[in-house]
Amino acid sequence: MATLLLIEDDPLVRRGFQLALSRHGHDVRTADSGEEGLREFHSARPDLVVLDLMLPGIDGFQVCRRIRAVGDVPVIMLTAMGDDFDVVGGLAAGADDYVVKPAQPSVLDARIRAVLRRSAGHDGVRVHRDLHIDTTALTVSLHGRPVPLSPTELRLLLTLSRAPGRVFSRQLLLEEVWEHDYLGDSRLVDNCVQRLRAKIEDVPAAPEYIQTVRGFGYRFGPV
Amino acid sequence: MTKRARAVPSRQRTRELRRTLWPRGLRARLLVAFVLVTVLGAAAAAWSSAGSASTALVTSTQARLAETIAGQIGAITPELTYPPDQESLDRLRAAVGPNTLVTYQNLRSVSGDGTELITDAVRTEVRGGNRLVTQRIVAEGTPWLLVGTPVVITQPDGDSAPSGIEVYAVHDLTDVEQQIEGFTRSAAGTAALALPPAVLLALVAARSVLRPVREVRDTARRLAAGDLDARSPPRGADELAELTVTINEMAESVQTSMAAMQRMQADARRFAADVSHELRTPLSTLTAVVEVLAATADEMAADSRESAQLAITETHRLVRLVEDLMEVSRFDAGSARLHSEEVDVVGAVRDCLRVRDWLNRVELVAPEEIRLRLDRRRLDVIVANLVGNALRHGTPPVRVRVLTSHEQVWIEVTDSGPGIPQRVLPYVFDRFYKADAARTRTPGSGLGLAIALENARLHGGELTADNIDGGGARFVLRLPVSISAP
Repeated sequence: MATLLLIEDDPLVRRGFQLALSRHGHDVRTADSGEEGLREFHSARPDLVVLDLMLPGIDGFQVCRRIRAVGDVPVIMLTAMGDDFDVVGGLAAGADDYVVKPAQPSVLDARIRAVLRRSAGHDGVRVHRDLHIDTTALTVSLHGRPVPLSPTELRLLLTLSRAPGRVFSRQLLLEEVWEHDYLGDSRLVDNCVQRLRAKIEDVPAAPEYIQTVRGFGYRFGPV
Repeated sequence: MTKRARAVPSRQRTRELRRTLWPRGLRARLLVAFVLVTVLGAAAAAWSSAGSASTALVTSTQARLAETIAGQIGAITPELTYPPDQESLDRLRAAVGPNTLVTYQNLRSVSGDGTELITDAVRTEVRGGNRLVTQRIVAEGTPWLLVGTPVVITQPDGDSAPSGIEVYAVHDLTDVEQQIEGFTRSAAGTAALALPPAVLLALVAARSVLRPVREVRDTARRLAAGDLDARSPPRGADELAELTVTINEMAESVQTSMAAMQRMQADARRFAADVSHELRTPLSTLTAVVEVLAATADEMAADSRESAQLAITETHRLVRLVEDLMEVSRFDAGSARLHSEEVDVVGAVRDCLRVRDWLNRVELVAPEEIRLRLDRRRLDVIVANLVGNALRHGTPPVRVRVLTSHEQVWIEVTDSGPGIPQRVLPYVFDRFYKADAARTRTPGSGLGLAIALENARLHGGELTADNIDGGGARFVLRLPVSISAP
């Protein structure tokens, strides 16, 4: 039973999704604007935010950035566009996943559960030079200082570091980390890698831990 | 077809022949015509004056000669005995000049140089009449004037009577001929002198005519190349200026109607995009609630359950239609982007079939792996469309073959049905084309093949439809190995 916050300005869409997601067993709180959504976010402390991009007042990009600024609650964006520009903008604002309207609630529910599962534990501590990954406590520290990671970033790092030196294709990472059954958007992977590098690499432009294998995917491990 | 193809070379040959005989280009033609007219005019004038001058020269030479002979005969005749004897004839000849001959019946004086040239025609003329006869001949390349005259005796009673004495003279006309040649040369010279100024004038005239023509041509070229702002400034008030003005007006009206057309097209496209965009919000609500309906359908009465089922089916179809419309709008607006990554084409095709539960209904013939940079989602859209069509409209077995060369990758989808009717083939990729008005409605949006074709072209590839021998439709997607977006 997860608490969701649905921020959507159209009342009928909002009610429709509330009905459908409730049937999937979630506790769904709603808000009809960005400002209202941010207030509700601080009072209800949801496990996950479902956020419409096109909002009156402060738009979905802004709301996403503010949510990211105060913590690592996962965000799934609902975009009525499907146009590439909006998707990229949404990912750059720090969304963990996105669903294009009109979305089927069952699909949205699958994505929600996948994001929430990313906090699942492993065991042991992996040490790579100055990067310590505690797979039990799910904490990461660099040079002895803790690095706060979102569930998606953590899951990506855990997946890559499980087999250092192995090349993971974007498609495989989408299936492993995002649990997209098929044909996800590989930009989700690229975007998340960039965010992860910004947090754990000393020089993100010359990465030490997460290497790009051009035209294929990513590989973990100091070379 | 073949007949026309055979006729073309001969027509071309004729045209080429004409080209070699008559200069190409307006400038060359104007030049040739102008120079021809000028030089011919000058030559004609010079020739005619040279002609009349030489005629006058010959006439005056003849007159002078005849006069001299007549004078000398007149001076010596009174001293001669009549009828003359040999001596008289010789004296008469000596008096008249060196190149002469005098005859009387059968007597002949000592003949001077060249008198053997005297023709029978002259003799006959002289004998038959009582006047001076002249004839011009050319002997061994030298022109001669032959003069013959009967000597007339004036009786004491004043009557004139032929005496039977005939005087013949020959005169070398070389000097006169040379003078005439001089005239001719100067005439040719005059004509030649006219040539350079004629060429210059022709060039100037041609330039003044051709500059506006060239400007109009350049403007027309720019218009043809799509630069509808091209105009030529009209100069003067002649036909060329009128032509320029006409071309400018034409460009203006083309530009106006093009702008109007583009505006209308843009409006229509924006409208389609806006409509599909606006439809998404109510569709989102519908999509959300029909799922709730579906989950609770089992508890409903039969008619409510069926209504719920219909609502669900139609909502999903509407969603498909709107998604396809959005996709088409993106192609129309030119905002469709490729997200290329390295993909195993065979794996992608297999995934496409697997996800839709088609693996057991479709025969896949493909090599182990083909790596290619492409947009995975768009490839999936194309393959799903082609295979979905074959399964819906064709007859099993449906076969998908993946082939490769060093330049291209082919994905071929065939079925074993009757194939696509010939009259339908040209339109299969058209939007909303319905092959048969009475056809049972299918779950497709009517945009599937149009979108598949656009996706193929976005990859720099091509999508074609035809029928295989022995029936069955065949769709072939060709993708270049090195994708260069068009």
